[in-house]
Amino acid sequence: MARTFMGYERANGDIGIRNHLLIIPTVICSNQVCSRIMQLVPGAVAIPHQHGCSQIGSDKARTFDMLAGTGKNPNVGAVLIISLGCEVVDPIALAEEIRSTGKPVEVFDIQSVGGSVKAISHGAELAKRLMADLAKQEKVPVPLNKLKVAVKCGGSDATSGLASNPALGAAADSLIAAGGSIVIGETTEIIGAEHLLAERCVTAEISDKLYYIVDRFEKEVERMGADMRGGNPSPGNIAGGLSTIEEKSLGCISKCGKAPIQGVIEYAERIPDHGLYFMDSPGNDIECVSGMAAGGAHIVCFTTGRGTPTGAAVVPVIKITGNKMMFQRMEDNMDIDVSDMLDGSASLEQAGERIWQEIVDVAEGKWTKAEVLGHTEFSINRIGPSL
Amino acid sequence: MDHIITTGADALYMDERDHVVTALREIMAGETITYRNGAGSQNVTVSNDIPFGHKVAVAAVEIGADVRKYGEVIGRAVTPIAVGQHVHVHNIEGIRGRGDLGAKEKN
Repeated sequence: MARTFMGYERANGDIGIRNHLLIIPTVICSNQVCSRIMQLVPGAVAIPHQHGCSQIGSDKARTFDMLAGTGKNPNVGAVLIISLGCEVVDPIALAEEIRSTGKPVEVFDIQSVGGSVKAISHGAELAKRLMADLAKQEKVPVPLNKLKVAVKCGGSDATSGLASNPALGAAADSLIAAGGSIVIGETTEIIGAEHLLAERCVTAEISDKLYYIVDRFEKEVERMGADMRGGNPSPGNIAGGLSTIEEKSLGCISKCGKAPIQGVIEYAERIPDHGLYFMDSPGNDIECVSGMAAGGAHIVCFTTGRGTPTGAAVVPVIKITGNKMMFQRMEDNMDIDVSDMLDGSASLEQAGERIWQEIVDVAEGKWTKAEVLGHTEFSINRIGPSL
Repeated sequence: MDHIITTGADALYMDERDHVVTALREIMAGETITYRNGAGSQNVTVSNDIPFGHKVAVAAVEIGADVRKYGEVIGRAVTPIAVGQHVHVHNIEGIRGRGDLGAKEKN
């Protein structure tokens, strides 16, 4: 009998740990209408973005997949899609894709309803109705082995590789032992450490795919003719003692624990059940976290040494640090301090257990600092030109 | 990369192959600090001010040679590095993601 916790049961068998009403603009031109509706309906969350028009091919497909994946995220209970009416992202196809999960989806376009004021009024009515139904849904016992947690680091310093990342790795191992999934990403930040992850891939094909995506990324950097240093490691990373991307990467990879890697998935691709997966994604915090949420992660565990406030639109983000001075300076934004590992007063196992307990508490409804502060960051990684 | 951190050390040594230790506090030039390796407690006299989280050489590195932390290569020395020196962007460089080198080689 698998361990359970109190969560939301979805029509397709997914489990949710939050019950969001998500408002999706299919294009930047709908952002303002979506933001106004969010203000009128407390508890709704909108994801304004810069995309949806003048895009083609895989770049257009990526925007669609990101919007669809975020709508399908199990922490979302209902969706309102607002189109302008002339963009490249097909709002009806988007609604159908999200409806495949069984959750209620409403969709309309601003041009048909007659401009912004009417769209805000019409959208707010729809949103209030959807929200009223969501409010009736009660939590039920759901299996912990359906929980999917993403691991991410951002604003790293030397303490990330020495304390917070290994501690998060221990917590990741606990979730995998309980039957859940872990996803790690940031292709940029395994450069120089990819051989250590590749040797943990369960088949040669998966190992080859890992090397392939790193090579694809590094060739893009080479195409720019630039030295990555200064961009990654960032000026803050360097001030924190990290000298090269290789050093940063070697400190980064410990955050996913020690389990075998069961698969390498594309950006925003659905994270499979059970075990450890790698998602191709940039190191950029918001783009990476948004991609993991679109892949169906319930929670993001985010380590930082320099300190960063970022949250996410539909997933709680748990901030973990090994830098005591930063924790004291930025306690508003930090959930867990594992700096006691560095003076030897807490073991790796104790620090990992602290994070694992927080994951379970947040799954059961405890708000993270980013949620308390109302963070709803969302960003899509772009791979093509604007036409 | 398992490591056990013991109380009282000034800097952390991660692996027996490493050339560097990581400072666990601000260290002043001229201080003799302690770190622990497989053979026990070791001392090194530091020749530069070292901010928290930055690296100090505990083994000499020749110019152009690999520099190791976590037992793995984190870059190569661009100047000779002596024991006790601050190790950072002024004396080591990354080998990966160097589009600038590719451009120079093509010219």
